Amino acid sequence: MSSIPDNLRYASSHEWMRAESDGSYTVGISDFAQEQLGDLVFLEVPEVGRKLAAGEACAVVESVKAASDVYAPVAGEVVAVNEGLSDALEQVNKDPYSAWLFRIKPSNPADVQKLMDAAAYAKSIG
Amino acid sequence: MKTTPLHETHRTAGAKLVDFAGWDMPLHYGSQIEEHHAVRRDAGMFDTSHMLAIDVEGTGARAFLRYSLANNVDRLIVPGKAQYACLLAEDGGVLDDLIVYFFEEDFFRVIVNAGTADADLAWMGNLRSRIAPALNLRARRDLAMIAVQGPNARDKTFAALPELRAAGEPLGVFFGARIGAGASERFIARTGYTGEDGFELLVPNDQAADVWMRLTRAGVRPCGLGARDTLRLEAGMSLYGHEIDEKVTPLESGLAWTVDLKSPRDFVGKAALLVRVPTTQVLGLVLPPKGGVLRAHQVVHTPHGDGEITSGTFSPTLNQSVALARLPAAVAPGDTVQVAVRDKRLDARVVKPPFARHGQSKI
Repeated sequence: MSSIPDNLRYASSHEWMRAESDGSYTVGISDFAQEQLGDLVFLEVPEVGRKLAAGEACAVVESVKAASDVYAPVAGEVVAVNEGLSDALEQVNKDPYSAWLFRIKPSNPADVQKLMDAAAYAKSIG
Repeated sequence: MKTTPLHETHRTAGAKLVDFAGWDMPLHYGSQIEEHHAVRRDAGMFDTSHMLAIDVEGTGARAFLRYSLANNVDRLIVPGKAQYACLLAEDGGVLDDLIVYFFEEDFFRVIVNAGTADADLAWMGNLRSRIAPALNLRARRDLAMIAVQGPNARDKTFAALPELRAAGEPLGVFFGARIGAGASERFIARTGYTGEDGFELLVPNDQAADVWMRLTRAGVRPCGLGARDTLRLEAGMSLYGHEIDEKVTPLESGLAWTVDLKSPRDFVGKAALLVRVPTTQVLGLVLPPKGGVLRAHQVVHTPHGDGEITSGTFSPTLNQSVALARLPAAVAPGDTVQVAVRDKRLDARVVKPPFARHGQSKI
């Protein structure tokens, strides 16, 4: 069974978002996604300052098995990336909700509420 | 989907199962990388029961294989000796790669790939009808196959299965032994597909789960086909359908060492190999650490024309990405080539495989 914390929002492409106190949102990949991928071995994150459209491919996670795009769950600007993560990618497999990829400042914060809540996401992955 | 006698064992162990050549097989049991390391550093085992042992029985077995295979079974003189060989079509294309074991003049065993097993049987059956109608080709679907690999594979196999020690301990590399015959036969061979020492075992289907459990208790880690693929790739070994298939010859696939063209012997595909000039070859590629991951089908740009990656992965032993690639014949080890990865062109160094064997980097 995949872990799906209640306090996060989820995109159908298996990213999670967490609200931060400064109005930005932290983005990572879900437990379901890391399970599907297997052991991660390579990561490419967007540059800070990059403006993203909703659904735009902006990061790449590669496992031993395959490469997979990570999509911007909402439109916005990249305000931070998890610099040290490339050296500890096993953290994404062990604790996908702590091992974040990047932070985004949404163009329209209301967009986040259009993403799935935990119950809807759980239903979507069956 | 087809299942092996160990299918329930894998399910119970929580394996992630995937379709491999029509078989429902374990990809990993949690972490492919940890399974990979277990084989390079200690001992791991693979269910390879989807592969098929075919016994070649009867008078003329050697002559039949001498004509059927590109390698020369006349090099197999000592009973138990094994040889890696390709089964070729008339045009020199590779129908399969296999291991042939010699036991007696009227008894050889070949072990072939899962995806090609039925076609191999049909092909060899046709050859048999033409040149050796008295010969019997017996498909041994009654036997399960378990590969135990790693520096501690020998000790742990004997600890788990002491009854195999007498037959297994004296075996040299690429030798096998049969214990008993018929329905209760067991077979142990010092062969494998990982670049490590170890054994490949054949046991009756109804004993497979017990053997697997005993090996597990002796500290042999169950490993899936994911680790099997990264291990064989590091070891520079071909995978049928990737480095080799019916469209290429062994001479253009890094397998010239498995083809005997010197002896006067005729064999299927020989005439084609003598005239077909290789325009491509298979060599290794290496990316710098953290440089990305090479994958099958990525295009390789070289000054001599384009090539293509046949198998690519992240190498857990080297901690960087490695690949085998089909490249123009003029490319040489030491060259730098460019691989198209998504929207980038990554510089990769050309090397002669293997990348790693016996726990050590070879590049």
